[in-house]
Amino acid sequence: MTLLETRRVTVPLRRRDTALRRRVGGRAGYLFVAGYTLFLFAFGVFPTGYAFYLAFTNELGQFTGLNQFVRVAKDYRFLPAFEHILIYLVLWLVTLVVLTVLSAVLLRSRVGPRTSALLRFLYYIPGALAGVASVLVWLFMLDPDVSPVSWLLTALHMDTFAAVLQPGNLPVIFMLIAFWTGAGGWIVVMYGALNTISDEVIEAARMDGAGPWRTAWSVQIPMVRQWIAYMTILAFASGTQLFVEPQLLQTASLGRIGLTWSPNQLAYVFAFQQGDFNGAAAISVFLLAVGLIAAGLLVSRSSMFRLDEK
Amino acid sequence: MTVHVAARRPRTGRSPGHVVSALVVGALLAALLVFFVLPVAWVLMAPSKTAGQIVHDSPLSFGSFSQIGAAWRHLFAFQNHAMLTWLGNSVIYAGASLVLTLITSVTAGYALALTRFRGRRALLVITLVTMIMPSATLVLPVFLELNRFHLIGTVWSVILPFSFFPFGVYLMYIYFAGSLPRDLLSAARMDGCTEWQLFSRIALPLAKPVIGLVAFFSFVGNWNNFFLPYLVLPNSDEFPLQVGLNQLLTSTPSFNPVAGAGLDITIPELALAVIVAICPVLALFLFSQRTLVSGMLAGATKE
Repeated sequence: MTLLETRRVTVPLRRRDTALRRRVGGRAGYLFVAGYTLFLFAFGVFPTGYAFYLAFTNELGQFTGLNQFVRVAKDYRFLPAFEHILIYLVLWLVTLVVLTVLSAVLLRSRVGPRTSALLRFLYYIPGALAGVASVLVWLFMLDPDVSPVSWLLTALHMDTFAAVLQPGNLPVIFMLIAFWTGAGGWIVVMYGALNTISDEVIEAARMDGAGPWRTAWSVQIPMVRQWIAYMTILAFASGTQLFVEPQLLQTASLGRIGLTWSPNQLAYVFAFQQGDFNGAAAISVFLLAVGLIAAGLLVSRSSMFRLDEK
Repeated sequence: MTVHVAARRPRTGRSPGHVVSALVVGALLAALLVFFVLPVAWVLMAPSKTAGQIVHDSPLSFGSFSQIGAAWRHLFAFQNHAMLTWLGNSVIYAGASLVLTLITSVTAGYALALTRFRGRRALLVITLVTMIMPSATLVLPVFLELNRFHLIGTVWSVILPFSFFPFGVYLMYIYFAGSLPRDLLSAARMDGCTEWQLFSRIALPLAKPVIGLVAFFSFVGNWNNFFLPYLVLPNSDEFPLQVGLNQLLTSTPSFNPVAGAGLDITIPELALAVIVAICPVLALFLFSQRTLVSGMLAGATKE
């Protein structure tokens, strides 16, 4: 009886509380998101819309359909730029996935915890040298005159800086820079993901006669494949955006490397050397599409991003 | 069973297969170690030597402290202390946008997680998509927009775009949605707390570690950003450090014999500039390593 009575009292009270929260919280909600929403529109939504507007019009603001896209795609520098990025992406993604997963597995199951923690930290340090600093560091590493591994460069028949900066070598060079700055962080993330696999699972695999390699291949890697997918898509999306690396190498190579190695550089040249903002916008839209597809895949295909609370 | 396993392990430990496998593991991890650490060690040593010593001495040797002083003087004398100007600019740009980022992303994450309003879901979806798109995607459109509104060359053309940080909003949202006890909020509400008091007295103090994480990512990202300031700031005295480094590079005789002739900017000075540029980030890295790792995982998982 008493129980029933208390229930009767609490239910309406709770309902009133929720209703109150909906109303009051709602108004506060608008206030609290106002600043961010402003930024989101000013630097997310509006520029996207503006890029599309420019890409579909000419310099007089007249609608030109797909003309801008066709025009930039026919530009003699367009296909090479996208081809360069494609080669780079394949190299970078394969290296990234193979080496980060492999080293995370090794650090998790083949090395003592203290060594593992130290190694993870040391691998992670170059992450602080992102951007221009990392390119400068690699300019030194690749200059046979000063490089600590000049013997290696010489062994590969690259005796001068010019020989290192051959156009064919660029995808490898950018891959090295990207791996050097980015892989350490991913190794840490992969290690964290492997850590969530319970010891019983690993033990069970060992009881079934699986060696360490077999366990890694059939148990650990399948269990973190969501993370591998996450890393791949993010690395893909950011890899399409190369700008600072080729731009700096272009400077340092005294023009031996073209100004339009990557699509972003090409857009830059369209906008700032040719004053062709519509063409630049069309290239940006191409890149936006690639970025959006990768983002969309990540949001829809993985259950890693949740929109609703428990 | 346990006995059987225990008895087997030492035997497999001595088998040739195991030795080879251990060697492969060791070699791979050591190779990675050299790859990641050697360039850092080289850069740390380089400013202590003269340009000549860098070429002739062994790569990881230490030159002298006086040489570091000389490199320091050359570097800071470059274009009338341009390094100091750039450093100051970087601090202003990254600092101001850090403040704006924190104000907007903490409140937005809180509102998205704990209040209900129309358009909330749409806001979340747009946030997710922009968060995953690489920031460079939008740099050129943002430039065109800023150009249209005549903001190019002003500090706002860097600070405002830097302050847009959807990843921070998402991190705050995840934290508030998953870890802030709702009962606590309801109880406080019953006691007559206003929405603002709930936020400032309960949610904010509890969220300190995540706020620190957002601050870290925002600061590091903006500090290292090159593309946007490179486009929107035409004058050297407005450059942040990253764009300044690019100018320094073009003034170096080893990379640009024509423009660099007669200047004291050689490889030791460049290496020193790299160290100066990364110092704030490196310091933050060392201090917040542990929180970072858990944060990177928290940023994308279900708890």
